[in-house]
Amino acid sequence: MALKIQGRAVIPGAAEGKLLAADQPLSFWGGYDWKTGEIIDRRHSLSGQIAKGKILAVPFTRGSSTTTAVLLESIRAGTAPAGILTTQTDFFFALASVVADELYSITLPLIVISPEDFSRLQLASWVSVSDDAIIRF
Amino acid sequence: MKDTELLLNAKDREMLAGAHGPAKQMAMRILIRMSEIAGAKSLLDIEAAHIDSTVYIGEAGLEYAEKLASLGAKVAVPTTLNVSGVDEHHWQEWSVPPNWASGARRQMAAYQSMDAVPTWTCAPYQTEFKPKFGQQIAWGESNAIVFANSVIGARTERYPDLFDVCCAITGRAPAIGLHLTENRAGQLLLNLKNVPASLQMRDDFYPVLGHWLGKISGGRVPVVVGLEVKPNEDQLKALGAGAACSGAVAMFHLVGITPEAPTLEAAFQGKQPAETHEVGMHELRTARQDLTHGFSGKLDMVVLGSPHFSLAEFKQLAPLLRGKTRHNNVRFLVTSSRIMAQLAREAGYMKIIEDFGGQLTVDTCILTSPMLPAEIHNLMTNSAKFSYYAPGLLNKTISYGSLEDCVQSAVEGKIIRDESAWL
Repeated sequence: MALKIQGRAVIPGAAEGKLLAADQPLSFWGGYDWKTGEIIDRRHSLSGQIAKGKILAVPFTRGSSTTTAVLLESIRAGTAPAGILTTQTDFFFALASVVADELYSITLPLIVISPEDFSRLQLASWVSVSDDAIIRF
Repeated sequence: MKDTELLLNAKDREMLAGAHGPAKQMAMRILIRMSEIAGAKSLLDIEAAHIDSTVYIGEAGLEYAEKLASLGAKVAVPTTLNVSGVDEHHWQEWSVPPNWASGARRQMAAYQSMDAVPTWTCAPYQTEFKPKFGQQIAWGESNAIVFANSVIGARTERYPDLFDVCCAITGRAPAIGLHLTENRAGQLLLNLKNVPASLQMRDDFYPVLGHWLGKISGGRVPVVVGLEVKPNEDQLKALGAGAACSGAVAMFHLVGITPEAPTLEAAFQGKQPAETHEVGMHELRTARQDLTHGFSGKLDMVVLGSPHFSLAEFKQLAPLLRGKTRHNNVRFLVTSSRIMAQLAREAGYMKIIEDFGGQLTVDTCILTSPMLPAEIHNLMTNSAKFSYYAPGLLNKTISYGSLEDCVQSAVEGKIIRDESAWL
C-alpha cells in the first residue's frame, strides 16, 4: 500500500523518480557535477550517486553561494534531479528554479516536508510528487 | 506560494511594471518571487552589493549575465565583483581551455558593463569598499558574507549567485534573516576548553576551528567563548571561510571580540542558548585531520590564498621565503586580487616570491578556474576552503598545514608538518 506525505510546495510541480536521500546537507558547488548529475562531494554519503532524473532529498544546502548557479546549469543541461525535497525552505534551490523559469520556462519542483516525514521517507525507493505537493512512496 | 503579503513601495511597483527599464523589471520580478518564497514582509534599501555571480560555471550563468547586460542593466549601489573564471591577462600560462577562457571573459565583460567595480576578489572586505558597521548590504560569496556579518557588523543575508545581482540592480533586498536584528542573536554556545593560548595564537588554529564550527553549527549562529587571544583580521577571515564551507554559517560571535558580542548576554540578545558544546584538543585534532584528504605519494604543489591573500599575508610570507628556493618538483602558487598583488609588488614581496620560484594568479583561484595541469595530483595548503573543495571540484588530494609547513614542504619536496602545537 502506498504511503502519503503532505508537503508544502516552494516551487510547485509534478515529478517522479528513484529516491536519493541523505540526512546530510549538500553543497552543489563542489558537490554536484552538472555535466553528468553525479554527486561529487567526497565527504558526503551520496558521493558517486547519479541524481539526474531522480528525486533528491537532502535537508538543505550547505556552504558555497555558487550552489544555485550549478543547479541552474544542470537544469539547462538536463542533468538536474527531477525534483528536490528538503526540510526547510531552501532559498538556493528555489532561486535556480525561478531563474530557469525566467530564462528557459522550465521549473524544478521543490517541496518542503517535516523532519519526521523526512526520516520516514529514507527507506523509500520510488517517489512521486504531485502538483499539490503530495508525496507518494 | 504566499504565506504573507509582501509589501512593495511605489518605486518597487514602478520597477516591476517596467517604468525603470527592462533590466530592473527582470531583476525586480526575480527579487519579488524570491522574497515571497522567503516569507519577507517587505523589501529594504541596501547601501552596497558584492556579486558572486561572476564565478563562471557554464552556459546558463553566462546567458543570465548577458541577458541582463543586453537589457541595459546598471547597478544602483556601489557594487564589487567576486572572482571570475580566469586570470584575465595570464590564463594562457596555465591549462585553461581557450573556450572556457572565452566564456569566462564574456561573463566578466557582462558584469563590468553594469558599472560594478572590477575588484575580482572573494575578499572585498579587504578593499576600500569594506562596508561599515550596521550597513544593510547584499553580498554573495560565503566567506565574504560571514566576514561582513560577524567581523564588521554589516548586515547581509546569505545570498546565492544570480540573486546578488538582482539586489545590486534594484538597490533592494528582502527584509529577512540577518538583515533583522532579532535573527542576529546567537543560537548555540561553543565553549573552548583546555586549548592552550600558544595554539590560539597560531594562524593554523583558525581554519581548523572554523571547520569544526561549521560542522556543528549547520545554518545556525554559533557563539564562541574561551578565546584568550585577540585574533587578527586574516585569522578571522580564515575562521569564517572554514565555517562557511563545512556548514552554512553566515554569522558567528566571538565573545569579547566581534562587534555584536561584547558580552555573552549581548551575543544571545538575552536569550538562552539552545545547545552548548565543548571543544577541546580532541575535537580540534579530529577537525585538523579532516582537512587532509586522500593524500598519498609525492607533493606536486603548494597553494595559498583562499580567501585571496591580503597584503598582511604577503608580508608574513616574504621572510619565510627569503633566500630559499622551492624544490624542482613542487610548484608554489599564491592567489590574490589585482589590488593586493600590486601593493605586494610595490612593497617588494612579489620579487621574493618570484625568486623563490613561486607564481601568482589574480582575479580567480584554483577552485574557480580549470587552471591546474593534469599532472598535478597532490596539493598542500594552509586554507580550509582549498582543503574542503579541492577533492570534489578538482579531483585532487590535499594536505593541510601551517604557512610555515607549506613553505618547508615546498623547499624539501615532501610533506613536512610540525605537529608539536597540536599534541
